[in-house]
Amino acid sequence: MRQVAIYGKGGIGKSTTTQNLNAGLGEMGKKIMIVGCDPKADSTRLILGGLAQQTVLDTLREEGDDIELDLVMKTGFAGIKCVESGGPEPGVGCAGRGIITSISLLERLGAYEADLDYVFYDVLGDVVCGGFAMPIREGKAREIYIVCSGEMMAMYAANNICKGITKFANTGGVRLGGLICNSRKVDGEAELVSAFAKELGTQMIHFVPRDNMVQRAEINKKTVIEYDPTCNQANEYRELARKIDSNDMFVIPKPLSQERLEEILLEHGILDM
Amino acid sequence: MLDLTPKTMTERKALRINPCKTCQPVGAMYAALGVHKCLPHSHGSQGCASYHRTYLSRHFKEPAMASTSSFTEGASVFGGGGNLKTAVRNVFDIYNPDIIAVHTTCLSETIGDDVGACIADMDIPEGKYVVHTNTPSYVGSHINGFYNMMQGFINYLTVSTGTPNGKTAIFPGFVNPGDMREIKRLAGLMKVPFILFPDTSGVMDAPMVGRFEMYPKGGTTINEIRSLGDCTEVLALGPMTNTEPAELLKKKFKVPFTLLPLPIGIEATDRFLMELSRISKADVPYELEEQRGQLVDILLDSHQYTYQKTVAIYGDPDIVTGLTSLCLEMGMVPKYVITGTPMEEFTKEVTALLERYGVTGAVVKANSDLFELHQLIKNEPVDLLLGGSYGKAIAKAENIPLVRAGFPILDRYVHSYLPLVGYTGMIRIVERITNTLMDRQDATCADEDLETVM
Repeated sequence: MRQVAIYGKGGIGKSTTTQNLNAGLGEMGKKIMIVGCDPKADSTRLILGGLAQQTVLDTLREEGDDIELDLVMKTGFAGIKCVESGGPEPGVGCAGRGIITSISLLERLGAYEADLDYVFYDVLGDVVCGGFAMPIREGKAREIYIVCSGEMMAMYAANNICKGITKFANTGGVRLGGLICNSRKVDGEAELVSAFAKELGTQMIHFVPRDNMVQRAEINKKTVIEYDPTCNQANEYRELARKIDSNDMFVIPKPLSQERLEEILLEHGILDM
Repeated sequence: MLDLTPKTMTERKALRINPCKTCQPVGAMYAALGVHKCLPHSHGSQGCASYHRTYLSRHFKEPAMASTSSFTEGASVFGGGGNLKTAVRNVFDIYNPDIIAVHTTCLSETIGDDVGACIADMDIPEGKYVVHTNTPSYVGSHINGFYNMMQGFINYLTVSTGTPNGKTAIFPGFVNPGDMREIKRLAGLMKVPFILFPDTSGVMDAPMVGRFEMYPKGGTTINEIRSLGDCTEVLALGPMTNTEPAELLKKKFKVPFTLLPLPIGIEATDRFLMELSRISKADVPYELEEQRGQLVDILLDSHQYTYQKTVAIYGDPDIVTGLTSLCLEMGMVPKYVITGTPMEEFTKEVTALLERYGVTGAVVKANSDLFELHQLIKNEPVDLLLGGSYGKAIAKAENIPLVRAGFPILDRYVHSYLPLVGYTGMIRIVERITNTLMDRQDATCADEDLETVM
């Protein structure tokens, strides 16, 4: 079983990319579980065809400790199993603790079946506190992909996440599998992100071009592969899935200093504007 | 002042008043004190460690040694990893235990400290050990904390060498040192070589020797814990406290286990002895048969004073189940049987027990509290309360006699030295229950009914 965590700056398209990528893996016949680790609970909307999912923490709050797995786990497109950790309302409580609680609960309920090929953790934003590092602790997710773009702040966030990974790499054994560039149509984006990845000691595993098809599929509560299996963007996600499935480059990243990060930005593209 | 509890009962979902439990770290600390030369370490703020130590000291009337990560506001923002590293270095330098048993607290659990990774990253002196367990207080009770700490020790220390050690592992659960001594006496009389884990006898009932001993003689040794994986089998006394560690040992090292009720009362003690006899193939010695016979004699003699007397029993799940069995054997009628620990097995076990004795109409509840017990008693009183010190407010308000048994007993002495388990334990409790009921009769009867011979 490969356990994979997806991190990246807020709004960069982690959930969209994860679900489209999983649709690709699902099409390949892989058995997958997605664990949404975002209080917004929108990590499985496209796979399930809607937000109807009852989260683990909602269930815990309403039903108490004695809950059944099928109350919180739903199966969607390509047989992908979906769980949303959920969390407190905005502005209250502790979302990090929520993630710890719900992952422990999933373990206790036996969600991690032996025949799963992949478990994906879709984690919100940066690794802001201990709770959000839960998926990469204690030998859970062994590989991480960071979704980023050529925008300054996305790369800045990716660099920060790498600092988090370094912390857990020595003891937990977690490794970075690569950067997924979710294009924002920034000038020289592919080169910039490739150079950044190289500097981190990793790779840009795939460049996902910007395509309105993603938006259209999203409005229809579907992944691109399900919405229009023949379109070009569907093939891009299939390619990403294939690359991740056959990836063998796992490294402990070397985070950049702020100065170096800014230098790279200057070297690639920006000055030509 | 103690009588403000309203008689009318309303359903409560979230609120607990006078909880019949305490938090996980108290159990974890007690379990760790049952390991020889072990210093329990509370990974949290100083107040946590102080409270847990105080709680244990008030019950056992012994110092409960423990150290703390001393979280400040900084640690709660930046995580407690740095504090833990410094603490472990200082503790080994200054207090020199053989092993530090770390348990977490609410704060470190909410921060999400990765204690396992932090320990893996430490420079631990040669021949010393650091183990840990996660004990968020907002989950379960001190009973969960107790078995979580047991699992922490097993996870870090226990191995399987492939050579059986010919011993039986006995898990006593959260009981007094006096109980542990009695369990060891019984296993010894039945000629079963054993490892008792954990074992707080000789630690939390250590003798006064004229000087302070930071690590008294008692406790399961590190080598014994390591050797648990080579044991022939496990006798887990108290299913609600011991199922998880027994299952862990089975899963990791294929050591089979038998779940038994805590040997409180005749039937449960008989079962424990028969299991010991099955293992050693030794007959039950006359010494024990004689004691059992004495106990039956005592029950017959005193029966008229206990028969059909109603009792409310509260406390920890396995002990309360045992005491319920004991009261039924005395011909009493358990009317309210509650625990604060949220474990639904408790309700099932006790209900099945009551059914077997044909007792109907009893209220049996897990995840309950003493406020609810008080309300129940206000509606339909009982003849006797059986449980820890926190029931004394009910006893005074309702003018019902209280016999103290279980945890915590903060307002009496000696109890922790003497057992509840075995025939010895039952003889002791029968004397106390009978005396209490008879004292009550003497104190309240009409002058002309006062009997000199009873």
